[in-house]
Amino acid sequence: MTTETQDQAAPRGGSDWLWYGGVPLAGVIWWLLYGQLIPVSEWVTSLFPVARDSHTGEAIAFFVYDVPKVLLLLTGIVFVTGVLRSWFSPEKTRAILAGKRVIWGYPLAATLGVLTPFCSCSSVPLFIGFVSAGIPLGVTFSFLIAGPMVGPVGLGLLYGLVGWEIATVYLVFGFTIATLAGFVLGRLGLERYLQEWVRELNTGPVGDLPEERLTLADRLRIGAEQVREILGKVWIWVVVGISIGALIHGYVPQAMMLRIMGGEAWWSVPAAVVVGVPMYTNAAGVIPIVEALLGKGAALGTTLAFMMSVIALSLPEMIILKQVLTLRLIAVFIAVVSMGILATGFLFNILL
Amino acid sequence: MKTVKVYGPGCKRCEATEQMVRDAADRLGLEVAVEKVTDAKSIAMAGVMSTPGVAVDGKLVHAGGLPDAAKLDGWLTA
Repeated sequence: MTTETQDQAAPRGGSDWLWYGGVPLAGVIWWLLYGQLIPVSEWVTSLFPVARDSHTGEAIAFFVYDVPKVLLLLTGIVFVTGVLRSWFSPEKTRAILAGKRVIWGYPLAATLGVLTPFCSCSSVPLFIGFVSAGIPLGVTFSFLIAGPMVGPVGLGLLYGLVGWEIATVYLVFGFTIATLAGFVLGRLGLERYLQEWVRELNTGPVGDLPEERLTLADRLRIGAEQVREILGKVWIWVVVGISIGALIHGYVPQAMMLRIMGGEAWWSVPAAVVVGVPMYTNAAGVIPIVEALLGKGAALGTTLAFMMSVIALSLPEMIILKQVLTLRLIAVFIAVVSMGILATGFLFNILL
Repeated sequence: MKTVKVYGPGCKRCEATEQMVRDAADRLGLEVAVEKVTDAKSIAMAGVMSTPGVAVDGKLVHAGGLPDAAKLDGWLTA
């Protein structure tokens, strides 16, 4: 921790050009590394004393290709997102949303949910900050659902590992669910199910922070810090997720996958949601699993439902929100979002 | 003597921020009372939406992420 603070204190002022030169250079190195993924991973796999086309060989190849690929993708995506998000803050977002009471407050909130940087550890003060500023409960929910649901990390990994078609489908439906669920929750008039102290709270005019002027170098530095922070946190989830993905890829017979997660089994969609909600991982951990499931013939609708419920509805987050929401409101929240996810799952299983 | 409040529910960065404040005060040879506020209600009442937040003598100066070391020195000496 101490080294981290020193790191940040040191490069002020004249070192800006280091960022302007260093970031493009890092981009070029990134590009070269990314291009070498297949040859290098095949070479590493060939070092193991197993046949390449055996179960174990397939699993190892999946693992040694996916781990560096996901980590490289994450580095790139988190950096770009970190820089983009430096133009947004919860305070600005609140100011924008507080003025909007009309219907398109919902899609706007969902959009800002994707762009505003916030960590789940501050979702309680953020929730209170929004509600006390007069932002309707439903709009606040749209914001809170969209953030994790259509996070750039998940989208970027889907794009890189599964393909742009499914990434686009996921984006459109994730966004739609966040918007509609917020709208429905808003219509239900749930304000009375907030915890009592939240309803009575009147924060009044809140601390106006002086607007910070950031140079481009500052923003690049923010992006780099995000990479260090987020990768430091999620790499273990990535490794675990890819290990599971590798086992599925190598060992699970295709026929069994088709029976459990194929389009024929209608119950697979609700089952995917039931399994997905208590699973606590994040986009970085679940998408390698999704990649392996789809590769084995799992139905797209079922897989989407699984992925969405893992990412958007997590038990620990509900426990944090328990401080401000009554159990009843949390139950309604989970029910409404699950309905959206179920609908998406069924729709795709029927269409495809 | 200045009173510094660090607002945060107890995440890693909140603790790091508290430590930064203490270190900066030591380095500058200032006597500063550092108080950590972890209760969600008090955090919200202070107008903090992204944690950690920092207030000096009751005035909010920072919210979200680790504060910049140079600025921190500025708040403490102002």
